[in-house]
Amino acid sequence: MIKRLLGYLLLIAVALPASAAFDIGQLMGDLARHKGGKAKFVEKKYFAILDKPVVSTGEMTYTAPDRLEKRTLTPKVETLLLDKDILSIERDKQKLSINLANQPEALAFVDSIRGTLSGNRAALEKNYALHLAGNADKWVLTLLPSDQKIASLVQRITVSGSKNQVRVIEYLQADGDRSVLNIDPVDAK
Amino acid sequence: MTHQAGRALTIWLLAMLAGAIVVWNSHFSADMSFFLPAKPTAEQQVLVDQLKEGVVSRLLMVAIEGGDAGQRAAASRALRSRLEQLPAFVSVQNGETASMNADRDFLFAHRYLLSPAVRPQRFTVDGLRAAVADSIDLLASPAGMMLKPLLPRDPTGELMAMVSGLNAGAQPNARGGVWASRDGERAMLLIQTAALGSDTDGQERAIALIRSQFAEAAPGATLSLQLSGPGLFAVKLRETIKQEVTRLSAISALAIVAVLFFVYRSPRLMTLGLLPVASGALAGIVAVSLVYGTVFGITVGFGSALIGEAVDYSIYYFVQSGRLGVEQWRARFWPTIRLGVLTSICGFAALLFSGFPGLAQLGLYSLSGVLTAALVTRFILPPLAGSNVNLRDLSHFAPALKRGIVAMQTLRWPVLVLAVAAAALLTLNRDQVWHPNLSALSTVSAEDGAIDQALRADISAPDARYMAVITAADRESALQAAERAGQKLDALIAEGVIGGYDSPARFLPSQAMQASRRASLPASAELQARLQAALADSPLAASKLAGFVADVEQARSQGSVDRAALNGTALALAVDSLLIERPNGWSVLLPLRPPGGDKGVDIAIAPVRAALAGSGALFIDMKNEFDTLYNDYLDEATLLSLAGFLAIVGLLAVTLRSARRLGIVLLPLLLAVLLVVAGLHLAGEQLHLLHLIGMLLIVAVGSNYVLFFDQSGGAAALDDATLVSMAVANLTTAIGFGTLALSNVPVLHAVGATVGPGAVLALLLAAVFVGRQARAGVSRGTGA
Repeated sequence: MIKRLLGYLLLIAVALPASAAFDIGQLMGDLARHKGGKAKFVEKKYFAILDKPVVSTGEMTYTAPDRLEKRTLTPKVETLLLDKDILSIERDKQKLSINLANQPEALAFVDSIRGTLSGNRAALEKNYALHLAGNADKWVLTLLPSDQKIASLVQRITVSGSKNQVRVIEYLQADGDRSVLNIDPVDAK
Repeated sequence: MTHQAGRALTIWLLAMLAGAIVVWNSHFSADMSFFLPAKPTAEQQVLVDQLKEGVVSRLLMVAIEGGDAGQRAAASRALRSRLEQLPAFVSVQNGETASMNADRDFLFAHRYLLSPAVRPQRFTVDGLRAAVADSIDLLASPAGMMLKPLLPRDPTGELMAMVSGLNAGAQPNARGGVWASRDGERAMLLIQTAALGSDTDGQERAIALIRSQFAEAAPGATLSLQLSGPGLFAVKLRETIKQEVTRLSAISALAIVAVLFFVYRSPRLMTLGLLPVASGALAGIVAVSLVYGTVFGITVGFGSALIGEAVDYSIYYFVQSGRLGVEQWRARFWPTIRLGVLTSICGFAALLFSGFPGLAQLGLYSLSGVLTAALVTRFILPPLAGSNVNLRDLSHFAPALKRGIVAMQTLRWPVLVLAVAAAALLTLNRDQVWHPNLSALSTVSAEDGAIDQALRADISAPDARYMAVITAADRESALQAAERAGQKLDALIAEGVIGGYDSPARFLPSQAMQASRRASLPASAELQARLQAALADSPLAASKLAGFVADVEQARSQGSVDRAALNGTALALAVDSLLIERPNGWSVLLPLRPPGGDKGVDIAIAPVRAALAGSGALFIDMKNEFDTLYNDYLDEATLLSLAGFLAIVGLLAVTLRSARRLGIVLLPLLLAVLLVVAGLHLAGEQLHLLHLIGMLLIVAVGSNYVLFFDQSGGAAALDDATLVSMAVANLTTAIGFGTLALSNVPVLHAVGATVGPGAVLALLLAAVFVGRQARAGVSRGTGA
């Protein structure tokens, strides 16, 4: 299945120059106009060591340009808040704050989602090579890490969506484990 | 020179020689032990230990400024690798992660002996099922990402159980892989010296090493280094005291020599006049050295005031005996001088009983100094000076002085009105008159304090305000007690009373605890069987956990973790700083963190005390202890000042044998105290306990002048020589104490700013009040 997916991606990459009607600049412009909103999410994480994926659900709130709150409700309540460069995780009454400026790899990781949501092309291209396929109504943006350090964590990030709404974010980690985050806007503006 | 005089002189010379030998062998100290209690309570002892040898007292914070982020990070790495080689430093942290890996590896390797979650229930079928389910939940969270590779070996999440108790809340910022200030413009390092906080020499060497290594690591002027910490304050304090002792003594001595030369116009008399002063200063240091073993620098700094006070006696002698001759002087003036010396001694002696060691030393130093100076004046000076004093006639000063006295005596009512106004002012502002805490005595300049605060905030350095302290006979029982107290503290964390705590038992559990954890681990076959049952429906198959089973088996057979096992990790340092061997046992420190967030930075004391009651752990709020300590000092100083004052009143009452004369003598002294305090308040000084002592000294020193007026039967009745001698003596005393007011050391400044003007006011007010009253009274000689 993964092989097929890769083949498909390759096709997209080859086809890219042809779809000049919809380019990265346009997509970023659309995304930048999205000022935020609330969404439900379902996240499936596939681990080699586990026989079944771990599924979590909850809500996300995004406020442009740099505040993202992800509240996981099942299987366990957990709040993850990204505010500028501070990532805080609250779980089991414990609160952990990480200053991302201290952790360039984690920052690059976070920038992939933040850069996409805010349409910040410069931030994305700092660490990733971007490839776009599809049209404005149904697009797929692929991020391939250009830095060796990031590549040792994540092989590829695939973001797909419709117009200025991100629908699916898929992370393929370096060890082959992956997670798929499905986003379903509650009050699409 | 008579035979008797020769003998007195010989004794004096021998005494001086012996004194010089004692001083030569004396131990001088300019550290903060001046301020630390002589007989501490158990809580104060913790405070003293922390200040002298606690980890926080050995921390130096370093900031590298200038250049760009890359240059600063490179300099930070270079400085760390250089300092790390040196034995003067126990730890050098700059946020580089390499050093943290060793800690993580240690924790992981010994997780089944160290994790607080290891109990028999955890390894039952249900316990394993629940723990593995938790770990899988955690995998889904970003917090669990780093744990993923560890899952097959640590499916029950022991690493997480250990790490979650550590303080992960506050981390410094970082740039280029090393710690940076909050604004990112400075690279930060946190350095722990091997030298104790109380070892000022060691701190000074460590600071010099940091500076020189930095200069080599980052040559050129692009980058600069800023440093702060208790060690630097100690070094600066000593530097300040050293400079001040020299500077103040020089100023005071020069000014007084100038006055003496102006009055005497004779090098011989001037030298002779300084003899009692030099003897007194020497005797003061000898007495302190013999009684206390260590002489504080501040005590020596007080010498400046002693010079001004002790020189009075020779002035009286030369000026007054010039006309009368030695015998007449002894009969007529010596009793008054003797009474003055005794009142001064009463004042200084009150300080001897202080639990504030600095104050007790100042008392002993001044007492011995004044007494010696008076005795030398009485017994050594006359034979040395001979009958040939040959002082030039000073009576031409007298008419001017007398006119001044007459003019002043018309000011009686205005002075009284002023005194009432001063009293009203102080009563109205009574809440602002006193400085509320020990920081009043701190020598840290506002600028240094601001730098320290900025660095501390940038690096999130611990301030160790709250701690629980345990004492035990040996290491094992100390650790067991720490574990028992830890259980109580865990409950407080759950209630949100505290945010967390550190404990040496976290990394070095007691042998009993390790044995009980080891006993919780099932044998391999049993564990396999339980895993099969527990994970039947789990996404994690038991067959993938061979590493876990092997690690548990290894933990069952391997030895316990002891202190040596920690070597090479930063955890060793943490344990050593929290588990301390003392001459009479072991101490455990459990620093407590406030809950943080909207609950603020304070810990509610009562619930913590209640929770720890009976556990043998003592809860201490350092700030509170400091405030209590200061208030104890202040209460004690109030009591001692009153006692000293009463002793002076008693002495005067017995000698004067007249309530009216006693009242007349005390009135100018009390008015002087009142006016000086009001003046200091108006000048914006917040009074602290040394001002209080200063008030006592106004009475003790000022009484000398008032007594002359009283004994001579009033200002107008004073003969010219006495009047001039009093003016000169008062001037030198004012110079001596006044010089102290120039000091940057609050202890010295306060005494100087109080007694300097107070002595002058005492003389002036004596002229205003004593003269008038006495004119109506009976002129009497001195029968005493």
